Amino acid sequence: MDMYAEEIISHYEHPHNKGKIENASASMHEHNMVCGDDITVYVKIKGNKVDDIKFDGSGCAISTASASMLTDFAKGKSISELEKMGVSDMIGLIGVDPGPARLHCATISLKALKEALFMYAHKEPDAKTRSL
Amino acid sequence: MGIDVKRIRRDFPILSARMNGKPLVYLDNAATSQKPRQVIEAIYKYYTQYNANIHRGIYAIAEKATQAYTDSKAKVAKHINASSIEEIVYTRNTTEAINLAALTWGEANIKKGDRILISEMEHHSNMVPWQLLSMKKGAKLDYIKLDSSNSELDMQSLGEQLEKKPKLVAITHVSNVLGTINDVKEIAKMAHKHGAKVLVDGAQSAPHMKVDVKDIDADFFALSAHKMLGPTGIGVLYAKRDILEHMEPLIGGGDMISTVDFYSCTWNSLPWKFEAGTSNIADAIGFGPAIDYLDRVGMGSIRQHEEKLTKYALESLEDMKNVKVFGLGKENLKKRGAVISFGIKGVHAHDIAQVFDSEGIAIRAGHHCAMPLVTQRLGESALARMSFYLYNEEKEVDKAVQAIEKVKKIFRID
Ligand SMILES: Cc1ncc(COP(=O)(O)O)c(C=O)c1O
Repeated sequence: MDMYAEEIISHYEHPHNKGKIENASASMHEHNMVCGDDITVYVKIKGNKVDDIKFDGSGCAISTASASMLTDFAKGKSISELEKMGVSDMIGLIGVDPGPARLHCATISLKALKEALFMYAHKEPDAKTRSL
Repeated sequence: MGIDVKRIRRDFPILSARMNGKPLVYLDNAATSQKPRQVIEAIYKYYTQYNANIHRGIYAIAEKATQAYTDSKAKVAKHINASSIEEIVYTRNTTEAINLAALTWGEANIKKGDRILISEMEHHSNMVPWQLLSMKKGAKLDYIKLDSSNSELDMQSLGEQLEKKPKLVAITHVSNVLGTINDVKEIAKMAHKHGAKVLVDGAQSAPHMKVDVKDIDADFFALSAHKMLGPTGIGVLYAKRDILEHMEPLIGGGDMISTVDFYSCTWNSLPWKFEAGTSNIADAIGFGPAIDYLDRVGMGSIRQHEEKLTKYALESLEDMKNVKVFGLGKENLKKRGAVISFGIKGVHAHDIAQVFDSEGIAIRAGHHCAMPLVTQRLGESALARMSFYLYNEEKEVDKAVQAIEKVKKIFRID
């Protein structure tokens, strides 16, 4: 299995949607103690849809590329659609299965995004999100 | 005289295993070492031939088990030059050994306003127990700083801190991140002059060099069997007999008492008063042949072999573009253990370790349980680390270098 497919490397080198959104509707910071991945996802919501999304922070190739691809994907999607996403959706999106030791790298951006959406809705994150 | 690595390797069954289809190259010895068949067989033999509880049975196999358990302690005592097995308390690991010292000696001796001195290069194991103790007691935790090279302790900082009269100086013998060998003998001498007790975290030194607790004049010395060819689940707290005598036990129960009536009891003799309940007998017995193995090869020869490998690795890495090596350079080999932390510019340590893994090479990536050192002093979120032992060869260092080249190729780095 080639974890470092061309697409992963190029997203890592040139991540899409990198940066902050001033006056975002919601944002969430996630930090992984073990490897030091550190990410903040900013979303701007308009009428139940993601109007704009950006991420900031630092991390490994898998976490950066995943965040880059996830933010591309999330643009224009409805909140309810994104709230349903889980591990397998993320693996499908990035096109590689990083295995158990690196799974958290692939899902850290999804976790931050979903938590931001829950926050926007004034809801507690569900168990599926907390366990990402 | 050099050691016979080919012959040594034959004693380690796992070294002929494969990982991801490639011959296993094990370069994560600072995390845990591999085990020779002598150790594995001793544990198997105990379970299959004389499994019994110790200190209790009046029958042959129980006596044999008790003897083997005690023999293992005698080997450890001799190996680190303790006076007797009374000074050798078995714990689960280094972490538990340090916590035992903090929760017993520290509990009784550290008072509000007292100071505890540790260093900026400590493993969390030798940091968190002292944070907990100082929070609980209202004591102050001070740090010996790193020098400007971020590789060695600043001896001037040590001198200044000692003027504040700490009750305890707790210091790592060898850094698991930088590989730096601290002059614990000199530190102990200075600390004692200022009236402090000294605890040495020997997790990374005991496996790799001759340790003489008397020569160091350590009041406490902690180590883990699993990092020195032994099984997991056994650690040692060495302490001077006089200190142990005055320490209260931490855990009460069977084995640690001599007499009990309904409302009181008296403690058992040393070291048993610190070993309540049935011990990890099998792994303690397995630790014996690990010590024998190290003694047979010779700690001096092991150190020499590792020094050669470290030199070879440092020389190979220093010419590589965009590769950064942490810790002392090759001109300071005498002050450096076989631990090499490194980074590749623009690549996260986990991605480095992942590519190594695909080549069958086991290295560590992360903050190495020394977060303040790695993130605040070295300014990195994570480091990759290779660490060697007596069974490693130059050929394996070459493979690590090739793996670095592969990482650079994948990440399109010069
Ligand atoms: C310097 C140092 N101290 C303490 C420890 C803790 O050892 P253990 O996990 O066996 O308790 C380690 C092991 O990683 C270490 O490198």
